[in-house]
Order: sequence, then structure tokens, then C-alpha cells
Amino acid sequence: MSTLIERHLYDVVVIGAGGAGLRAAIEARLAGKRTAIISKSLFGKAHTVMAEGGAAAAMGNVNSRDNWMVHFRDTMRGGKFLNNFRMAELHAKEAPERIWELETYGALFDRTKDGKISQRNFGGHEYPRLAHVGDRTGLELIRTLQQKIVSLQQEDFAETGSYDSRIRVFQETTITELLLDGDRVAGAFGYYRESGEFVLFEAPAVVLATGGVGRSYKVTSNSWEYTGDGHALALRAGATLINMEFLQFHPTGMVWPPSVKGILVTESVRGDGGVLRNSEGKRFMFDYVPDVFRKQYAETEEEADRWYTDADNNRRPPELLPRDEVARAINSEVKAGRGSPAGGVFLDIASRMPAEQIIRRLPSMHHQFKELADVDITKEPMEVGPTCHYVMGGVEVEPDTGAAFGTVQGLFAAGEVSGGMHGSNRLGGNSLSDLLVFGKRAGEHASAYVETLQARPKPSKVDVAAAAEVALAPLVRAGGENPYTLQQDLQAVMGDLVGIIRREGELTDALKKLQELRVRVANVSASGGRRYNPGWHLAIDLRNMLVVSECTAKAALEREESRGGHTREDFPKMSPEWRRVNLVCSLEETGEVHLERKPVPRMRDELFDLFDRSELAKYVTDEELAEREAE
Amino acid sequence: MKRHFRVWRGDASGGDLRDFDVEVNEGEVVLDIIHRLQATETPDLACRWNCKAGKCGSCSMEINGKPRLGCMTRMSTFEENETITITPIRTFPVIRDLVTDVSFNYEKARETPAFAPPPGVAPGEYRMQQIDVERSQEFRKCIECFLCQNTCHVIRDHDENKPAFSGPRYFIRAAELDMHPLDDRSDRKEYAQASQGLGFCNITKCCTEVCPEHIKITDNAIIPMKERVVDRRYDPLVWLGRKILRRDQLGSDNMAPSTTPGVAGTSGGIPSSRARRPEGAPVGPDGHMDIAELVAPLQGGLSPFGEDMTFPLPPEEVTYHHPEKDR
Ligand SMILES: Cc1cc2nc3c(=O)[nH]c(=O)nc-3n(C[C@H](O)[C@H](O)[C@H](O)COP(=O)(O)OP(=O)(O)OC[C@H]3O[C@@H](n4cnc5c(N)ncnc54)[C@H](O)[C@@H]3O)c2cc1C
Ligand code: SF4
Ligand code: SF4
Ligand code: FES
Repeated sequence: MSTLIERHLYDVVVIGAGGAGLRAAIEARLAGKRTAIISKSLFGKAHTVMAEGGAAAAMGNVNSRDNWMVHFRDTMRGGKFLNNFRMAELHAKEAPERIWELETYGALFDRTKDGKISQRNFGGHEYPRLAHVGDRTGLELIRTLQQKIVSLQQEDFAETGSYDSRIRVFQETTITELLLDGDRVAGAFGYYRESGEFVLFEAPAVVLATGGVGRSYKVTSNSWEYTGDGHALALRAGATLINMEFLQFHPTGMVWPPSVKGILVTESVRGDGGVLRNSEGKRFMFDYVPDVFRKQYAETEEEADRWYTDADNNRRPPELLPRDEVARAINSEVKAGRGSPAGGVFLDIASRMPAEQIIRRLPSMHHQFKELADVDITKEPMEVGPTCHYVMGGVEVEPDTGAAFGTVQGLFAAGEVSGGMHGSNRLGGNSLSDLLVFGKRAGEHASAYVETLQARPKPSKVDVAAAAEVALAPLVRAGGENPYTLQQDLQAVMGDLVGIIRREGELTDALKKLQELRVRVANVSASGGRRYNPGWHLAIDLRNMLVVSECTAKAALEREESRGGHTREDFPKMSPEWRRVNLVCSLEETGEVHLERKPVPRMRDELFDLFDRSELAKYVTDEELAEREAE
Repeated sequence: MKRHFRVWRGDASGGDLRDFDVEVNEGEVVLDIIHRLQATETPDLACRWNCKAGKCGSCSMEINGKPRLGCMTRMSTFEENETITITPIRTFPVIRDLVTDVSFNYEKARETPAFAPPPGVAPGEYRMQQIDVERSQEFRKCIECFLCQNTCHVIRDHDENKPAFSGPRYFIRAAELDMHPLDDRSDRKEYAQASQGLGFCNITKCCTEVCPEHIKITDNAIIPMKERVVDRRYDPLVWLGRKILRRDQLGSDNMAPSTTPGVAGTSGGIPSSRARRPEGAPVGPDGHMDIAELVAPLQGGLSPFGEDMTFPLPPEEVTYHHPEKDR
């Protein structure tokens, strides 16, 4: 087999063409850096297109009482105070600017009566805050950024005669390894999916924007792309991953029929009046309001129903509790034998409003279920259940710059692949704005980092050859295991043993099984040739899924409490002691995952003071409170 | 239950339909079957997909000859004993199996002038009415599945038209910008005529019929764009009141026909098609465009192959030739 390797030189290489990657690339190009964007799928098809609900930004267009401080508070509450406070602060402050900027790129959000960007309610947000376009906000976001990149390419074309002179998109290209020169990033190695040929990008700065890890789970809303590549690339390059135990299970994924299994029913169905019922027809969420939220949520159905029309004078319905609470409630109902036939619960909007209104408010939802599953949501309730949706954990980064921690330099991360911002649980809508805020920052600081370098780091020939060998191994090896079987086995381990509710015994078991899988994955083989061979591609991705799953399982075993996206049946309480601890994974020379406890950074006083003392008491230790009081 | 499938396998150098008997469960879509094939008999079967929810536009293919999204084609729509034939979309050069080279579309996207922000309006100061943005929003629903591009006869069997013809996907892009309340350029129509090859289009409506997003490509974008600039005065939409239209569309300064002859001479004043009179976009009594076509009695349109055609065709009659890569 030929090992011809195409070479490209760039200043900044952005891996990932979702919201975060595109925003980073725009910023790098605007800073005058030669920029490459690399994506596993076609340009404009990254996962971001699937986001439905909206992008959270405290613009105050619908309720003028909203501002960044309220948004910051909601974000910290949602993440159960484990968020990196600085990221949450930057995010709340900068999100409105980033959204407005999109309008200058041509985005068309839904409008308020006075012509501003309309904002909608969403679980966990105190005021209507999500800028949206019907229920296809992610599509609008990605298309807008894609078109902005095209517009920059048109400027470059006018100036230089080449569209690709300053910013180029390499679509259907997968990066399998980062290359280092000492501890500096020197480039990225990968293959073109179309031809199977190898390609080497030499660049002093790399921005990771590869999204999440959900493909390691049985029921997931995530696509084949979400194999944790960025997480694994970062680990192997010497960076660290933070709080990988926190995975968000979206409470309302479809569980039936099979063609839509895992597909999400957006939260706006609940925001607009949809309610959850068990097999007895009971609206059970009222039984699951945790103490910390007692004050904000309605106690009777009547009060909850009044909220939809008069939000100022009524408390919100418990269906709008943060996602983890809803997911847990559904899980408990199902376990108690009150679930739907397919093992979920019923989400009912049909009986709550007239059909026309449903179609007008949720056009793509209605369309999707009609077309995909022949389910008419205006007539019958949906069967929904928890679905693996989002990973809060990720590459540990410096909050202001997005630079990865650990031993490596020149590596940046933004979007779902980075960790810290959302703490133990992400609020709906905070991801799209996170992509924009930190995508921009990562692009900006990657460019600034390139400026500071005296000489370009060079990737070593040996490393390149090694990367090529690893990538080719599954094709060369004969008689190994089928990658699809291995993936299914991995999904079973993660889904059954490291799923939404966790126990010590199962987690230890999972770690053992992952070790066995590791041996099997090392022996995977793919049939067929190098051209567009999905079996081969999966075989290469498996190694990433495995190491990231190991981090999740290890961290889940270590954290002996329940918080946000991590629920331990054997430790059902949230512990203020554990709130002070971040769990950080790195990779040892031997390839073993090393787990370490690190203190959570101390929140600045003026931010701390934004919260009610009585509220803080639920989250932080008594000493910590006393310490603050003393100051 | 096992069902019979024929799937095209091969690459640019050639290929053929292969027979498979695959287990099909209740509630599945065609893409589920492809995945089952990958996980069992043919791990290297090439096929694009991402969302499996009709949102990304990756899984375009031809199913029994009809351009469809694999993830949105329910198995229950076929007869129990029907053979299902799956081929790659045929307007673009095949790479492998069901994957084609769609770079044509990305090139055309790059040639379409981008949004021009209004000078002097700061970010955060953009003000637009919902009723005004809805017209463009309809076109922004596009998931870039390129099924319309694939089905348009101007390029489907005529590779030679490709350089001069951008295709329906990019006509709606031009229309979207034309109708954008704040776009600073006022020559979108002229550009579409002169440089996108709008004149090639003879309003067959095939593109509208295949669009999985039910965008009324012809009625709402192409026809309004085709109205010659001098006809603007008679645009039925003007009757709806000035607030839907932008200032520059009503002003007299750009009423003069473009002087560039354009590909088909349309913008030079030569009428493009007399086949049917241009229709304005349908507008409800409240002045809104009907953006959710779901309320319409008929979803999409009639079959582009005629309502009396039954599938699958006998294999002898399937003339499937993949166009040569023209570079
Ligand atoms: C169904 C669904 C609904 C959602 N709804 C909302 C919502 O309403 N609001 C909200 O805020 N968030 C929502 N989210 C979450 C949000 O969409 C994602 O977290 C976000 O889009 C992630 O964006 P990203 O830029 O980090 O990565 P992505 O958009 O996922 O992009 C990842 C990119 O990296 C590329 N890539 C990955 N690995 C490699 C590699 N090895 N080599 C090269 N390229 C690679 C991929 O090809 C892709 O281009 C939703 C998510 C899902 C799945
Ligand atoms: S209406 Fe025009 S663009 Fe659409 S398919 Fe027919 S010729 Fe092509
Ligand atoms: S207009 Fe419709 S058919 Fe054409 S690319 Fe867009 S979504 Fe697909
Ligand atoms: S897989 Fe996304 S549209 Fe079919």
C-alpha cells in the first residue's frame, strides 16, 4: 500500500467544522492567519445542525430584567456550582455580542414585535433567553457561519485570485493524530475519507472543535462523528480532560418507533405546554421537585398551567426543571413499573393545544415525526425516555484563551470538546452560545500564540510514519474482529454499566470489560480498500472511543456523590465537599489513564456575592461560607 | 422479516446492482437497512449520513429511482414483496457505492455573492419585522441535501450545462438575499439572470417536488426572481403593502433592465419561457406567506416520473449510467 503523504502548511489548523470550529476559523482568518478547517463530514453538516431549541444570550429583548448576571447565576445553578466560574462569566457577558454579530453575517432569527431578536423560554433559564429560528436554530447558526466563511473566501478571491488563499476547508478528512515537536504542537495527521490517502498539516497551532462522545452509548442523539476524537487526540498530545463523568442524558429522546429511537424531542415542547405523564396518566413531575428548586416551581397543576400565559405572577411548571432532574424522574417512573410499553413515559402536547397551534410553534418537530415515524404529535402523545446527548467534561482549558492545560503548548479547544464551562450539567441553549464565545476566543488566542513563536515547530518523520502505520493497521491485519461488533459491545458496556444511574459494582465491572475490549480493539480488522471505507474509519475511531470511555468510567467510580449529569445510586446526595473537586484525567506513557483530584478554582468575591447566602448554603461547605463572611 | 434489496456498488470505473436479502423490523427507514448491511455483510459499503433525522441533508440517494433522503424513507411505504433498489444520486460523479462527489454545489455556493451587511447599522441594532424575515426564512430551511440539484434536468443529463448553471439550491439562496430586509445589494435578480443561469430554468417544478424541506423553490423563489426587472411594478406582492418589500425594491432607481446579456439573454430582455405565466407566491389572508406547507392539502408535489409509473422497474429497463467525472 502506498504511503504517499500530502503536505500542507498552515498557521492555524481548526479540527472541526461545527459552530465552535467555524467561529474559531473566522477569527483566525480575521487575525491574518492562514487557516485550515478540517471536518469528518461535508462542510455544513456537523452536529451543530441538529440543535433545535436555540442559543442562550441575555439580550433582554423579551424581558428587560434579564442581564449577564442573571444568566451567570442560572448557568452556575444548572451546573451545580462546579462550573469554571470564569468561563461561565465570560459566556454570560459575551454571548449577546456573538449573537448580534451573526446578524451581520446574514442570520435571520425570529423577531419580537418591535423587530428585535425574539427569545424563548427554556428549562433552567429564569427569563426567556434563547434566540431561535423556529426549531432549527442550529441549522441557522452553522449555515450563517458557513456563509461567512464563503464571504471571506470571496474577499480573498477578489484580492488574490484564489478562494483558498487564506482559509481553506478540507471536508471529509479525519485527523487521527496530533504531532508534536518537543512539547509544542507541530501539526496534525489524517486521511481523506474519499481516497483513503494520508495528509499532513504542518501548523504551530491547532484548535480542537470536534464535539462530543455520545457514540459510545446505545441510545444517543449523536451521529457517527461523535467518537470523542478531540478528547483522545488531546490526551495523547499530553493535555488533560476534566470531569468526564458528567454526561447529559436528554430526558426526552424518542424511544419508539425504532426509526426515531434516540432522536430528541426539543425542550420547547415542554416550554410551550407539553406535559409528562406515566402509564397511569398522572402528571408525575410534581413529585420530583428537589428542595433546591422548591421555591421556583409550581405545586399544583392549576398554577403551572397559569404560568404559560402569566409567567410573572406564577411559578413555572415542574416539567421545566433542569434536564438531569427530568431524566432522573423518568428513570424512576420507568423503574417503578409506570413506564410506557417501550420503556419510556408519555409526552403529551396533543391534548394541550389545538393542532394548528402545535404545527405553527413546532413545525419541524411535527414534520419530522410525521415523515420519519408516521406519528402525528397533534393527535397522540410521544413515547420518550433518557438519551445520551451531551458531554460536559472535556479538554481542560485556560478560561480566557481556550489553551489546553497539561504539558502541551499550541493546543486550543472550544465547544463541546472542551470542559469546565457547564460544570456538572449544561442548560439547554448554553451550548450554541458557548460555541460562539469560546470559538472566537480560541481562534483569537491561537493566532496570538502563533505570533509569539520564533521558529515553526517541525513534526518528526518518525512520528508521521508511526501515525500512518497505526491508521493502516486495521486494513493490513487479516482475520481480526469486525469493528461494528466491537462498537456494539462497547455501547452495551457504557449504556448498561456507566449509564444514567451508576453503582460502584457496575463501574468496576465496566472498567474490567473496557480492559478486555482494549485487547480486542487492538486486534480489529477492516475488510475492503482505502477508498471511502466506513468499516475502516470506524476501526480507527474505536481506539478513541475506548480511551474516552475509560476516562468516563474511572471518573464516575471516583466521584462518590450525585450531581448534575452524574448519579450514583450508592451516593444519592450532592456533597459540598465534592463540589471543591475536579477530576482530571491524563494519559501515562504506557497508555493507561491516570486520574487525579484537583481543587476547583475559587470564585471571585463579586461573583460570589451575586448569590443569596441561603442558596449558597445548599452548594458550598460551611467553612467556605464562613471564610467568605469573615472577609 | 427479510426483504429484497438491490444496492448499487462500485466506483468511478463502474459497478452494478447487487442483491441482498435483509431483515427489516417495524418502524425502520431505508438508512437503517444500509446500516444493517454495513454491520453484517458489507462493512465497507460507502454511504453518507449524520443526523438520521432529516436535518443534515447527508443521506441523499435514489430509492427506486426517486431522489430521497435515506433516513426519511420509511420501509412501510413500500409493498411487502417489493424489491427496493438503491442507487447513488446520478447527477454527480460517483466516488464509491452511494457516495458521490458533490463539490459542484460547493463551487456554486462560493460563486454566489454573500450577504452584504447594511452600512452604518451596528451589531445589535438590526430591526426587522417577523413578516419580512419569513420570506427569506423559508429558503434558509434548506438542509443542502442537493436533491433538487440532482433532479434538475438542466444538469441531470447535461454535464455541459454545469459551468453556467448554479441550480435551484442557489436560486433560492439568491432569492433569500433578494428578500432579506437588510441586505445592501439590490442586484440579486440581475445577478441570478446574468451569472447563475436562471434563464436555463423552464419552471418544470421537479426541484420543488423532491425538496424534503418542502421549500416551494419554483413558486416562491424562481418565479419571483424571473420576473423581469421592469415588471416589478406589476408584482402582485406590491399589493400587499409596502411593508413587506424593501425600500430599494420599490424605488425607481433600479427599474432599468440589466445590460448584461446573461447566459440565456433573459436579463437582456429576452423572455425566458412562455410556457406559463409567472405566479406570485401564495399569500394567506393575513398577508403571511404559507411557510409551513404542512398545512397544504398535498405535501410536496406529484411524482416527477408521473403518477402512473410503478417501481421497481424491471432490471432490463433500468438505464442507469453514471456520468463520467468531467475533470
Ligand atoms: C439533537 C441535538 C439537539 C441539540 N440542541 C441544542 C440546543 O437547542 N441548544 C444548544 O445550545 N445546544 C444544543 N445541542 C448541543 C449542541 O448542538 C452541540 O453541543 C454543539 O453543536 C457542538 O458543537 P461543536 O462545534 O463543539 O461540534 P460539532 O458541531 O459537533 O462539530 C464537530 C466537528 O468536528 C469534526 N470532527 C470530529 N472529529 C474529527 C476528526 N478526528 N478529524 C476531523 N474532524 C473531526 C466533525 O466532522 C464536525 O465537523 C444539541 C445537540 C443535539 C445532538
Ligand atoms: S424548475 Fe427550474 S430549477 Fe427547478 S428542476 Fe425545473 S428547470 Fe431545474
Ligand atoms: S432546496 Fe430542498 S432539495 Fe434543494 S438542497 Fe435545499 S433542502 Fe435539498
Ligand atoms: S442523515 Fe441527516 S438528513 Fe438523513
